[in-house]
Amino acid sequence: MKNLQEQEKQELLPAERSVFTAPLQRRSFLQFAGAGAATIALVAAGCKKDRNDPMVPGGVTLNFKDDFGVLNYAYALEQLEAAFYIQVASNPPSGFSPAEKQYFQDIQFHEIAHREFFKKALGTAAIGSLEVDFSSINFTDRTSVLGAAMAFEDLGVGAYNGAGVHLTTDAYLVAAGKIVSVEARHAAYVRDLISNGTFASSPQVDANGLDKALTPDVVLAAAGKYIKTKITVTNL
Amino acid sequence: MNIVNILEEIEKVDGEIYERLNPRRSAMKDFYNMGKKVALAAMPLALGSMFTKAYGQSTPTAVVDVLNFALTLEYLEYHFYNHSLLAAPGLLTAGTPAHGAITTIRDHELAHVNLLKGALGSAARPALAYSDFDFTAKGTFPTVYSDYKTFLAVAQAFEDTGVRAYKGQATVLKGMPVLTTALQIHSVEARHASHIRQMRAAPAGGGVPIKPWISLGAGGGANDSGVPQVDPVYKGEDLETQAGVTITGIATGVTKAAAVESFDEPLAKADVLTIASLFIK
Repeated sequence: MKNLQEQEKQELLPAERSVFTAPLQRRSFLQFAGAGAATIALVAAGCKKDRNDPMVPGGVTLNFKDDFGVLNYAYALEQLEAAFYIQVASNPPSGFSPAEKQYFQDIQFHEIAHREFFKKALGTAAIGSLEVDFSSINFTDRTSVLGAAMAFEDLGVGAYNGAGVHLTTDAYLVAAGKIVSVEARHAAYVRDLISNGTFASSPQVDANGLDKALTPDVVLAAAGKYIKTKITVTNL
Repeated sequence: MNIVNILEEIEKVDGEIYERLNPRRSAMKDFYNMGKKVALAAMPLALGSMFTKAYGQSTPTAVVDVLNFALTLEYLEYHFYNHSLLAAPGLLTAGTPAHGAITTIRDHELAHVNLLKGALGSAARPALAYSDFDFTAKGTFPTVYSDYKTFLAVAQAFEDTGVRAYKGQATVLKGMPVLTTALQIHSVEARHASHIRQMRAAPAGGGVPIKPWISLGAGGGANDSGVPQVDPVYKGEDLETQAGVTITGIATGVTKAAAVESFDEPLAKADVLTIASLFIK
């Protein structure tokens, strides 16, 4: 029993941070929506790395005024993931085991299914195809591929967790929920490949046992490295 | 890749932005410091009042019901794992990856219990103790705490059920801040499920032909776990159509198995409680 109490003591202190969860999200929301100067600085920072690249004309706008904007946001991320896994599955690193080749092929089809689902669900409201940039990934190197896969999966989980609250249609909220847990399964698998037992490690999962919930500004800043197409979020 | 921390970036420009945008933060800091001095027994209540403040309103009944439902499941999971670590000699050896993983998961489940208790405050259901549970499911799994493979099989059923249970309540919480918290728990349960499935697939776990994600079962059934006793856990997991869109064949290579794997299905509260009741005395 003593151990148990010790355990509770350890867990309760971090649990206090749980009350920060909601205000934190609201805070970042306010910062993104309201803090004009900071937002501009952020956009500039996000673009810095791409300054030497030719910008794709037009770009896409994700308008969060309704569910289509949120679904297009998910569609954009699924396009990115699908493109990555297609490249991995079609030409896996030599360091991949047969089982890893099989599972990366599985994941490839999951991401393709997600991408096509959103495309169909959105119909004429769907954004176009994004232009990806995977020049920072060494597709012949297992470590590089696994690192990128982990980044994509953890980012995807955080993106869906953060976007769910914006959805107003039951069917779309449930669909997003159906997808995010599959992404979390991927994330755990990839993390365990990199280092067994890190499936839900800190800081990805915090002391309250909570996964990340990320706002679109954070997600797109991180994903921007892999996307040439300019993405703008409005009405968040 | 390191995710760019936007908040930190903005904080560099405006060090007081947190305070400016949310004056409640300082109150919470005080509370955090105060917490170290508060008696353990008083914590859930104190957390509950903070949670209410954070949301700026009292919690609606439907939300209370969802959170108590989740709390029941978290108690179940926590006690299941905690007992395996404390009182099941020979099941898990300290220092092994298996022991480490189960410890990680146990700690998360306890954190979820505390989080939900804190969120519910005085509306929280009565606490559940290990003695309230029967993890043999009335004799269905008599070796759950002596046979590693059986233990993992039951663990998988709990984690996959947990994922389905949270998903099933999403629409009740639609548009509310607490939805985000529920989603943050939900994806952690999915990470657990993925790892437990990998443990079962490993030689020590029995080399069960199972994937980190829920696939089609042998013979095309919804239950891919290889354990027929847990069929209700996987009821309806073999769905091929999502929001009116047929997934099978949606693109080249998307077989029925891929379609099933790509989407995890929710489970209704009543179905989850039926499963849970098998393990509650």
